[in-house]
Amino acid sequence: MKKLKSTLPNMAIVLTSIALIAGLALGYVNSVTAGPIEQIKAKQLSDGIKAVLAADEVVVETPDTLESGAIIYQTDKGVAVQATDPNGFGGKLSVLVGFNEEGLIQGYQVLETSETPGLGAKAGEWFQKGQKGDIIGKQAGNLTVSKDGGEVDAITASTITSRAFLRCVNAAYEALSEREQEDAQTGATQQIKEETEVTNE
Amino acid sequence: MNNIKVFLNGLIKENPTFVLLLGMCPTLGTTSSALNGMSMGLATMAVLVFSNFIIALIKNLIPDMVRIPCYIVVIASLVTILQMLIKAYAPGVDAALGLFIPLIVVNCIILGRAEAFAAKNGAIPSIFDGLGIGLGFTWALTLLGACRELLGTGKVFNITCFPEQYGALLFVLAPGAFIVLGYLIAVFNKIKKA
Amino acid sequence: MAYILIFITAIFVNNIVLSQFLGICPFLGVSKKVETAMGMAAAVAFVLTIATLVTYLIQLYVLNPFGLEYLQTIAFILVIAALVQMVEIVLKKVSPALYQALGVFLPLITTNCCILGVAILVGNGTYDAAGLEHNLVTGVWFALCTAIGFGLALIVFAGIREQLSRMDVPKGVQGMAIALVVAGLLSMAFMGFSGVNNGLAKLF
Repeated sequence: MKKLKSTLPNMAIVLTSIALIAGLALGYVNSVTAGPIEQIKAKQLSDGIKAVLAADEVVVETPDTLESGAIIYQTDKGVAVQATDPNGFGGKLSVLVGFNEEGLIQGYQVLETSETPGLGAKAGEWFQKGQKGDIIGKQAGNLTVSKDGGEVDAITASTITSRAFLRCVNAAYEALSEREQEDAQTGATQQIKEETEVTNE
Repeated sequence: MNNIKVFLNGLIKENPTFVLLLGMCPTLGTTSSALNGMSMGLATMAVLVFSNFIIALIKNLIPDMVRIPCYIVVIASLVTILQMLIKAYAPGVDAALGLFIPLIVVNCIILGRAEAFAAKNGAIPSIFDGLGIGLGFTWALTLLGACRELLGTGKVFNITCFPEQYGALLFVLAPGAFIVLGYLIAVFNKIKKA
Repeated sequence: MAYILIFITAIFVNNIVLSQFLGICPFLGVSKKVETAMGMAAAVAFVLTIATLVTYLIQLYVLNPFGLEYLQTIAFILVIAALVQMVEIVLKKVSPALYQALGVFLPLITTNCCILGVAILVGNGTYDAAGLEHNLVTGVWFALCTAIGFGLALIVFAGIREQLSRMDVPKGVQGMAIALVVAGLLSMAFMGFSGVNNGLAKLF
């Protein structure tokens, strides 16, 4: 077959048809993969929530996104909060923290990190129960690394990561208490309303 | 016979990493471990084989003046398809490679091979060229990743070779990528001369 | 103040070349002389800023409303390729002097992955905005700062390589090998900045 000449109509037709075919192919693959991608995301999230609350089966209510960017997942077994810190080592760090009824840390999972594998990625194990930087069962809110006068041991050679990690945990707790305050307020207003109704009677 | 020659050419003589020095961004950016390097190499190879094949098939339909945009469209669609497949069926790979998957589009190796080989040869030799260059890229990345992982953490493919505390973390970090690649290129030059 | 933080973070802490590994090809390829390095740096800064602006608008007004996010890569790379061509033509007409200085570098920029990389980061809103909202202003500012960081790394590296070319280097590591080791040392120097952004964030 002879090569097509570079005339304007030829060029326009070829470029458009290639772009069209490419677009159609992409649309098709997208429709095929969209389902599995959604499923994987949902599964990762529910697996994460199960892991941090140490439960086999959880029922998650609609997530609640706060202004600070934290996301609260209220479940029947406790609360899981996802918090993000933009200043990890090399980018942002996102952690899912599970709290029990007393507001103590039940478990955590690192969701997203731009850390160098092998270094900051250690955060996934370092702060777990029985490890050197164990934070499980502690009261969050003011956790800091020992270098800053706190009680948590930082990951060896990864102080920046450790600080960012603890900021995430603290932010998660703050988000939780913030929401509780709001709930308490709305609860209080409802009570007042009821009382007024009572007096009206 | 000829196809085998084309295939072997990319493995050593025209190795994209150690000889042609192409596609340096993923080479340095994704080789923090042997496994990551290998996944990046294989992903690039998949795109390269298909782009070489498709471009060799349609090369006569493309007028010369618009050939680069056409190649880019073909490559970009292949990369996007690969990206969606990885997201759907291998989320771990997606998390490890991240931004470097869409960036396969601007990997000079792929456009370079389209222009230098696929645009002049038939479909079957083009596949072999893609396989050869792709495997050459893959083994280079795997070797670089393995060296960095071993020096940095004492492991290769997560198999411990010596205790982690004797590793120099520097090699897993950014500077290590440059330094290890520099010395690997020196070694490769030496071997090639001998 | 957060804008200053973005500036410092993008240039020193998360330098696009030395810690993010984007734009390595021109970093290694066009760094033999300081003069050409400056030309390349200026061309990248110019194209990167415009490309980010245009691709962000496309993401916001074309891809997102129509649910076409999966066409991102293909749309962005075409826009960047077309944009580079256009910049070349316009520059030739409007400012021949500038074209003389940057012209040679422009075709090389299409396949510079830091352009597409930054465009995708900004388009997806996954860049470090130092606590500010991800929008057009911070996105373009981030792109410009990133480009300055690229230029800084490139020019410093070119300066070192100029000196290096006069040195007596062992035969085995001559050429690219020693250049890469030097780049590694430079990257190590930039690692010294890590964490600076956290400290500054507290000050501001």
